[in-house]
Amino acid sequence: MEKTLQKSPESKAGKLIAVVLIAALYIFLYLLDNVLPPNSFTLMLIPVLKKGAIYSLICVSMNLLNGFTGLFSLGQAGFLLVGAYAYSIFTIPADQHDAVYQYFEGGAIRFSVPEALGRVLGENAGNILGAILCIIFAGLVAAAFAALIGIPVLRLKSDYLAIATLGFAEIIRAIFQWNGLGPVTNGSNMLRKYTDFSDIQIGSVKLATAFPFLISMICIAIIVLLIHSSYGRAFKAVRDDEVAAEAMGISLFKHKMLSFVISSFFAGVGGALLAMYQTTIQANAFKSAMTYEILLIVVIGGIGSVSGSCIASFLYIACNEWWLRFLDSGSFFGISVPFFRDGFRKVVFSVLIMVIVLFFSRGIMGDKELSFAGLMRKHKKKATGGVEGGGQA
Amino acid sequence: MSAFIQANLPYLLSGISVGGQYALIAIGYTMVYGILRLINFAHGDVFMVAGLVMVYLTTAMPMYISIPLTIIITVLLGFTIERVAYKPLRSAPRMSVMISAIGVTYLLQNCALYFTGGLAQIYPTIPWLSDSVTIGSATTKMVTVVTPILTVVLVFALVLFIQKTKIGMAMRAVSRDFETSQLMGIKINSVISMTFVIGCGLAAIGSLLYFTNYPSVIPTSGSMPGLKAFVAAVFGGIGSIPGAVIGAFVIGICENIIKGLGSSWTIFSDAFTFVLLIIVLLVKPTGIFGEKATDKV
Repeated sequence: MEKTLQKSPESKAGKLIAVVLIAALYIFLYLLDNVLPPNSFTLMLIPVLKKGAIYSLICVSMNLLNGFTGLFSLGQAGFLLVGAYAYSIFTIPADQHDAVYQYFEGGAIRFSVPEALGRVLGENAGNILGAILCIIFAGLVAAAFAALIGIPVLRLKSDYLAIATLGFAEIIRAIFQWNGLGPVTNGSNMLRKYTDFSDIQIGSVKLATAFPFLISMICIAIIVLLIHSSYGRAFKAVRDDEVAAEAMGISLFKHKMLSFVISSFFAGVGGALLAMYQTTIQANAFKSAMTYEILLIVVIGGIGSVSGSCIASFLYIACNEWWLRFLDSGSFFGISVPFFRDGFRKVVFSVLIMVIVLFFSRGIMGDKELSFAGLMRKHKKKATGGVEGGGQA
Repeated sequence: MSAFIQANLPYLLSGISVGGQYALIAIGYTMVYGILRLINFAHGDVFMVAGLVMVYLTTAMPMYISIPLTIIITVLLGFTIERVAYKPLRSAPRMSVMISAIGVTYLLQNCALYFTGGLAQIYPTIPWLSDSVTIGSATTKMVTVVTPILTVVLVFALVLFIQKTKIGMAMRAVSRDFETSQLMGIKINSVISMTFVIGCGLAAIGSLLYFTNYPSVIPTSGSMPGLKAFVAAVFGGIGSIPGAVIGAFVIGICENIIKGLGSSWTIFSDAFTFVLLIIVLLVKPTGIFGEKATDKV
């Protein structure tokens, strides 16, 4: 996905390596979903991969706003919530409505898009197409919310913008939990039984892990293309100096709005994927703490770096759900450590995050991008080994 | 009017009480913002930690020691946070400091989660404060009556402190112009530390009063009061102490009246605060008592 100014042989080879690695990744995901028998290793790996892919998209969408346009917004949880609900409301099978909306007499919306399509196209195709349509719909609903919120909010600056978007996220959460909307949103009860990753398959090929990767990768690719377009350059100009950008003829409000709406669209898509991953959702989970978590991942990856956000998402999720689990378990390689108990992992994690925020404020990538061409050039220059690769975008 | 008051007396009373508690938190926000131009997101969590410290201290020692000790520990915590997390970033962009504040929030909540083991900690009953009193047709706890009085007394003392003492004068100077006051020989770091000490001390007192009304403390119980107190500070005009107090009372009373409207509206009592915030930011961003800031380009 990297664009370099001159077409050097390295950039060509770099592209080739990227394509090969992506192909290898999908072959691996295919094997993981279909061939490899589940064991304790894959049981940890698969959720990490799924959630990492989803968080990559969410973090990149936040980075587009905070890192590339310089709008410090803390409303991400609200847009995730909108996306998650917009997706799941329209994919609950008709015969499950009475069970899910048990307090609201089966709810107001009594159809499911995957099911309706499934009647025409067959169950599997209906599920995939229906899920994709609903994911796009989720993004559009989140974008529409953003367009409405953006009109008042984007006139504010820096920390006032942050607190106002945070406020709107809380208002959205309250609206979705309101009993008056219960027939649609199920009030403060959870939504479940909708189409999730395990329903996604083509023929007998399961795509449970490959599907979130595919969607995230397409979305991140679109964001990268956007960043490299003239709009992206305008976003960066607004970030670097609003007054100078305005003097150059860039309409501040138009570009801020554009960035806000696009970022929210992808946040909505991310919310829909998150709903698919979790298999149940509840508005109560989308609190400001969720936004803080996403913001901290973006900071770890480097504000203004797409590949940094992706790497940080996978690292964060892997550490949180897998590698640092031993900190909670009470023992370390069989030696029992008394203060290793539930929650210690999170404490270690937050200390690490504080260290990064205070001493390595540029994060993993700073505002640079991971590119195989760049890595190869560095490799040639230094002629030293141990170059790591494997970023996905 | 009197019928309305009669019907809503319990909600009005608890509104005034909660408002006073928000006011004590809001002062910490408004003073820090006035001086550092930083939304100290961690302030609400310092408030929560004060509640937890109180829970743990009362299991080991009598009330008359644990209450002052809670305030001292909270003040030390606020001082440490400022020195460790904000001081190194003094010349960094404003957003970095805010990210650092969010990091501190995350750290404090996770530490609280670790130490409590995720269980809600039962808040001790403070004698006298928890006694019930009857006012008109409503029966409430003593804390409802004590809070507004104590708040007004503390705010009055604080305003005197800021107007009359040397360090108070230094605070006013720093909030007016950071660089110039530094050139005039004001020790910025001690002024900022003093701000955090006062803010956290008041937050600790606020937490004593606030949690007396609630059965228990959980790691996230500070975030919502914190945000509301911040909104109160914005409403009153950030940087202004009387403004923050009035804003806090308005928010406390309104949110409790909304709770009184009926069970389906309760969910909006939190959202109301943010609606108010957005209206204030759009109509009068400087708040009720805020000074008009000239935006220098």
